[in-house]
Amino acid sequence: MRQKNIAKWLAGIAMLLATPLLVSAQQGESHIGKVTGHADSGRQLYFRYCWGCHGFRGDGNGENWLPTGAYPNSPNLNIQPRNFVSATFKCRSTPTGTLPTDQDIYDSLVRGLTNSNMPSWITLTNQNRADLIAFIKTLSERWKTEKAGAEITVPAEPAPTVPGIQHGKELFTKLECWKCHGPEGRGDGPSASTLTDSNDQPIRPYNFAAGSRFKCGTSNHDLYKIFMTGLDGTPMPSFADVIKPEDAWDLVHYLRTLQVSHKSPELALWEGTKEGAEIVRAQKIHGTPTGSGVNQ
Amino acid sequence: MRMRNVFMAGMVILSVSMMTPARPSGGTVSGKITYQGTPAKQKPIDMSKEPSCAKQYTTPPTTETVVTGPNNALENVVVYISLGAPDEAAPSKAAVFTQKGCRYLPHVLAFQVNQVLNVLNEDQTSHNIHPLAKTNREWNKSQPPGSPPIVDKYDKAEMIAVKCNIHPWMHGTFAVLKNSHYAISGEDGSFSLPDLPPGKYTVTAFHESYGDQSQEVTISGSETKTVSFTFKAKPY
Repeated sequence: MRQKNIAKWLAGIAMLLATPLLVSAQQGESHIGKVTGHADSGRQLYFRYCWGCHGFRGDGNGENWLPTGAYPNSPNLNIQPRNFVSATFKCRSTPTGTLPTDQDIYDSLVRGLTNSNMPSWITLTNQNRADLIAFIKTLSERWKTEKAGAEITVPAEPAPTVPGIQHGKELFTKLECWKCHGPEGRGDGPSASTLTDSNDQPIRPYNFAAGSRFKCGTSNHDLYKIFMTGLDGTPMPSFADVIKPEDAWDLVHYLRTLQVSHKSPELALWEGTKEGAEIVRAQKIHGTPTGSGVNQ
Repeated sequence: MRMRNVFMAGMVILSVSMMTPARPSGGTVSGKITYQGTPAKQKPIDMSKEPSCAKQYTTPPTTETVVTGPNNALENVVVYISLGAPDEAAPSKAAVFTQKGCRYLPHVLAFQVNQVLNVLNEDQTSHNIHPLAKTNREWNKSQPPGSPPIVDKYDKAEMIAVKCNIHPWMHGTFAVLKNSHYAISGEDGSFSLPDLPPGKYTVTAFHESYGDQSQEVTISGSETKTVSFTFKAKPY
């Protein structure tokens, strides 16, 4: 009898001890497609490639950000590197306030972030990147208590049409995007000059006339996700509660027509209309590409 | 007949008053919040970039980083029990935060962990509601006029600065607290925390510009203990 009880006790204790091992195997891992990344390998890579900007604590206070390692807010890098400890990410496919998926971080690593000092890490292998992501996730407590948000549903994109683009233009006005982005999307709206990010650093809204890449990608699909998830940590909010998915595609197509320096099917369609042709021609004449608002 | 009606009414009133539950016997901590020195001068807000709000005021409203009352009273101080009281489940009533006239009403909103928060937009302009949480999740949502309330809640205690990026003069605070013993000082700087069972408590007072201070107090029965706080004002 006694032996049976002891056996039961030992079995119970063994099970209890095994559970944390199972749990820690889940943590410290990332999953991108078929690749599994491991934090231990990621650590080596982080302290070779990333910590110069992102800091040895992962809080964005690397040497390249601080000229002497002492005083924050240096102008060496004008956009502060991501703070992995607070785990607020701009580029996600998940709702505002939620953690990104492993794929979201992977995409940021592969693309880099336009108009910032974050390069594209296309030079690393898929496995390297997956390992890095697993390590980055160990830098914040949030990943221990929260799961990544649920990816938003992006419906199939309809073909751009002129009525769709015009509807998108109405939405741009009605939703007051112009207050920050300006009526022509040049980042010169009435509120643009006072914008600060969540660390009180000055920040400017995206200037559609300046180019083709967005902070978080280059495709229509990426653009859709930007305003339907918001760029957390910045003034750019999520419009998920406010725009219906079918309307969102109309807005995407209209926004493409604001990118007057970038050839797109939407821009071509828009320039084919009288209204569109006039607007685009006017935009191409005055103003500087940097959106500084200086009229020439 | 009339006498009988009066008599019946009297009996109803008497029985109802006897039915009200006995008030929980508990002590009260109350006092006054004052400041010492010269606080920063509040500046009038220029809302010319938002005409739909500017026109709601005959004289422009001022900033609210320090709001004072007569006799050096300090308003908008959150006073709460930080130690000694057990954590409480959130009440079912929602806490309401309103955007009106391009300002936040109330300027400081206190509510409990996991209590439902409703954010309303009563203006003719869009606002984006951006609570800058550091311990809780930071989120940022657009709220055009005529939108339904934004509903959310916080699962950790924190003092959260709230701003609108479109209208940079808008500032508010969410005080997310662990129990129901809290008050916000009014125009005369006074506050009252009733219904405290006997015990040793730490009372904390938090002001958005002056930080926080704490004092210990012991309640033994149903007495009222006076606890007052004085904050040193900064001229900027």
